[in-house]
Amino acid sequence: MNSDIISFSSLAPIFPELILTIGAFAILMAGVFMKKQVSASLVGVAIGLLVAVAALILVFPSDGVILNGGFIQDSFARYMKVLVLAGSAFALVLSLSSANENALDKFEYPVLILFATIGMMIMISANDLMSLYIGLEMQALSLYIIAAMKRESSKASEAGLKYFVLGALSSGMLLYGASLVYGFTGQTQLDEIAKIIALGDRSIGLVFGLVFLLAGLSFKISAVPFHMWTPDVYEGAPTPVTAFFASAPKIAALALLIRVVTQGFEPISSDWQQVIIFLSIASMVLAAFAGIGQKNLKRLIAYSSIGHIGFALVGLSAGSLVGVQGVAIYMAIYLTMTLGLFAAILSLKYDNIYVEDVSDLAGLAQTRPFVAAMIAVFMFSLIGLPPLAGFFAKWHVFLAAIEAQLFVLAVIGVLASAIGAFYYLRVIKTMYFDEPVHQFAPIPGELRFIMGIAGFLIITYYLTVGAPLANIARSAVSSLF
Amino acid sequence: MIFANNILTIITFLPLLGALFVMIVPGNDRLAYANIKRIALVTTLVTFALTLVMWSMFDPQNTSFQFVQNHEWIGNVIGYRMGVDGISVLFVVLTGLLMPMAILAGWDSVTKRVREYMIAFLVLETLMLGVFTTLDLAMFYVFFEGGLIPMFLIIGIWGGKNRVQASYKFFFYTFVGSVLMLLAIMAMYWYAGTLDITKLLKVQFPPEMQIWLWIAFFASFAVKMPMWPFHRWLPEAHVQAPTAGSVILAAILLKMGGYGFLRFSLPMFPDASLYFADFVFFLSVAAIIITSLIALVQTDIKKLIAYSSVAHMGFVTMGIFTANVYGIEGAIFQMISHGFISGALFISVGVIYDRMHTREILAYGGLVEKMPKYAFAFMVFTMANVGLPGTSGFVGEFLVLIAIFQVNVWFAAVATLGVILSAAYALWLYRRVIFGALTKESLKSILDMNPREMAVIVPLLILTILFGFYPAPILDTIAPSVEALVNQISQSVGMGAEPILPH
Repeated sequence: MNSDIISFSSLAPIFPELILTIGAFAILMAGVFMKKQVSASLVGVAIGLLVAVAALILVFPSDGVILNGGFIQDSFARYMKVLVLAGSAFALVLSLSSANENALDKFEYPVLILFATIGMMIMISANDLMSLYIGLEMQALSLYIIAAMKRESSKASEAGLKYFVLGALSSGMLLYGASLVYGFTGQTQLDEIAKIIALGDRSIGLVFGLVFLLAGLSFKISAVPFHMWTPDVYEGAPTPVTAFFASAPKIAALALLIRVVTQGFEPISSDWQQVIIFLSIASMVLAAFAGIGQKNLKRLIAYSSIGHIGFALVGLSAGSLVGVQGVAIYMAIYLTMTLGLFAAILSLKYDNIYVEDVSDLAGLAQTRPFVAAMIAVFMFSLIGLPPLAGFFAKWHVFLAAIEAQLFVLAVIGVLASAIGAFYYLRVIKTMYFDEPVHQFAPIPGELRFIMGIAGFLIITYYLTVGAPLANIARSAVSSLF
Repeated sequence: MIFANNILTIITFLPLLGALFVMIVPGNDRLAYANIKRIALVTTLVTFALTLVMWSMFDPQNTSFQFVQNHEWIGNVIGYRMGVDGISVLFVVLTGLLMPMAILAGWDSVTKRVREYMIAFLVLETLMLGVFTTLDLAMFYVFFEGGLIPMFLIIGIWGGKNRVQASYKFFFYTFVGSVLMLLAIMAMYWYAGTLDITKLLKVQFPPEMQIWLWIAFFASFAVKMPMWPFHRWLPEAHVQAPTAGSVILAAILLKMGGYGFLRFSLPMFPDASLYFADFVFFLSVAAIIITSLIALVQTDIKKLIAYSSVAHMGFVTMGIFTANVYGIEGAIFQMISHGFISGALFISVGVIYDRMHTREILAYGGLVEKMPKYAFAFMVFTMANVGLPGTSGFVGEFLVLIAIFQVNVWFAAVATLGVILSAAYALWLYRRVIFGALTKESLKSILDMNPREMAVIVPLLILTILFGFYPAPILDTIAPSVEALVNQISQSVGMGAEPILPH
């Protein structure tokens, strides 16, 4: 096979990844050779690099398929990559103020985040089962290490180990599925697979492979029943790391899932839709009930994120342009809510301890009114109450489900959101209805800034970003249909 | 013209502007609190004045929507659309009227977290006004459901002892009811291709679909109204909420359910409305009888008034689903009049609660000796609550009873009996609280109403009697729109496909 890289400019679609890779190595070298007390400035360089790459994608979009069909850059990929880059950059900002306590003041931390981000970008652009797996593993290996980075903490080590073992299992399933798909179609490239499937009958082996593939991917997005690792990892990992886990990797894995099912398995859409519907219902319902009993904030957020993946999958279940547009909007809003929420949580420190439990927030509305108001906004938005952004996120995905006449899914979904409201309300109740117990340390400026921006966008969503975001998401996903 | 075109936007979002000002008032001392209260009061008064201006500019003979704004917004699905017609215009005025009263009702009794309190109420006002002024179905849902946030906080932060449970109950009843309506709204969008209410009113949905849509909307509005047996959240929310919260809850939030029935269920799903009419009548009559009986045995004044609200809303739902001119006019009149009567009753309870810090009926008695002005005002509102001729409470109930008599004599007979029960519980309450000997030691030093309380009570008193004798301003405003609505329903019944016969 001849190489399709004939000149430097033909590499344009993959420039963002290349720049990020070179930058990550440069930071690694700088960290190794300078060693002393440079981690904070390296984090700054990494943030700048992420922002620069995002700007490159936005300002000089360069679409195309290269690496013999293994890598595709299109409007959908660019949209998702910008979200992922934003997620990684903000997660790095979030880690600054508490880097010392969380043992994240090592130069490896920004490097690993960058490598994970490169992996995620390759996942988003993966157009072939091979590049899919490469991206996925590159991301996952970085995440395993980051989870266990706080070496002296047994909880963090446990989180890293659990994440690794279950992640390896899911990769195995994914590989098995991929090999079956290859075996029954003779192709690894997604659009070629779709062509072969469209030609012949749908063989049972192919469906078997599809199911294994979906199972492996479900693990990455932590959809029920492959969610078991999520609460433990979220709880055990240092909070800034949890913020990272809950944002960018979820978006990348969901983007990958969307591309695989809509591009590779478009001809047998009714088959994968059944699976997605099941994953969606199971995630929404389990998260709604399991979240109720949680006392630890990070476990609560873990169940919340499981539930939200379920809601996002409602849009994918429809399998239509409106549905995938809904998922794209959902992920943007979810990212904003998650980062804002973690900024708020990370800003709350009493007696040098960061808040861990819901009960630590008691009376926050009287001691820290701004943070309490922001958390309340994020919680109401996560419930999906209008006029906050979270409502419009649900609006878009359920609109697609109704169009596809998935009434049972929609009814179960909205009822699950009502049940799930219970644990979000508990947080608000603790902050607003209870009396204060702790005196909190001053809030770092950058966290105040992040939660303020996120809160502003969520409150004024209808007036500010709502209409443009809907248009952007629509043109982004139009490349898939 | 620019003013007339944007007046609904100005009215709806003015309170939000006031909330922003309240937010930026510096300091947390008494002076800051005083300023915050003044800003809130001025904002609500200006809003009220603007609603009156809007009413005066409103042309009752024109049955289409007025002051219309229409822009596509999010993804060409959700739009920014505003407009009022004869059915909604008075609810806007009612909201404008009661908000300053609510602010005044909490003037002295709310001492903690005044800033958040006023912000919550001002945001709530914007959301309530939005419910009545928006002409986009999705935005209707946004405003309708958005009211949960401030109300949940109002009950939960400034409420009584069991406030947490009450706020949760309020939240979940309303939320579960509403989410089904959300799905129905989406289904309507895919069928009709628009969420513009003016266009949806002309769409004929197939009868099969109407049934499902009607049920979904009913789930939401019946809880909000509330209709028996979905009323369980209401007494608790009322009892635990602060006075102003109860006022707004009874006077305006409950009316959203009735407004929803009138705006959506009846004209958009006429076949289904006819199909379910008897079911609604049954629930309404059950509400009138059962909740009146429950009200008889209450020991808490607020709870008693809360149950009486459920009974009065029974007349409203019954009037709406008679689908004739008398019934609908009566229902709207009843909603408006119940708005200020129940508001006044809750404010009256607040007056004595602020003095004695108890709502137990048994803790009172013989108030007439020490509080003659209060006794008179409370009497007028009690009589209005009973529906005595000469008060505004009579007009609405009478019209509804005429209408239901034309439709079904049995329901009419039972509902009329309900009026007797309402006289029983209301008068008995009055006797126990106001009359009798003033024997209780704690009541000996109680003071009559102060000027601030008079300023709230007297206007409502005047309105109650004025509209009792001269209901024309209200009826003239609503009549042409109601007639147009009734015509439209009678024409469109059975137009969708093969008609469904009422059983």
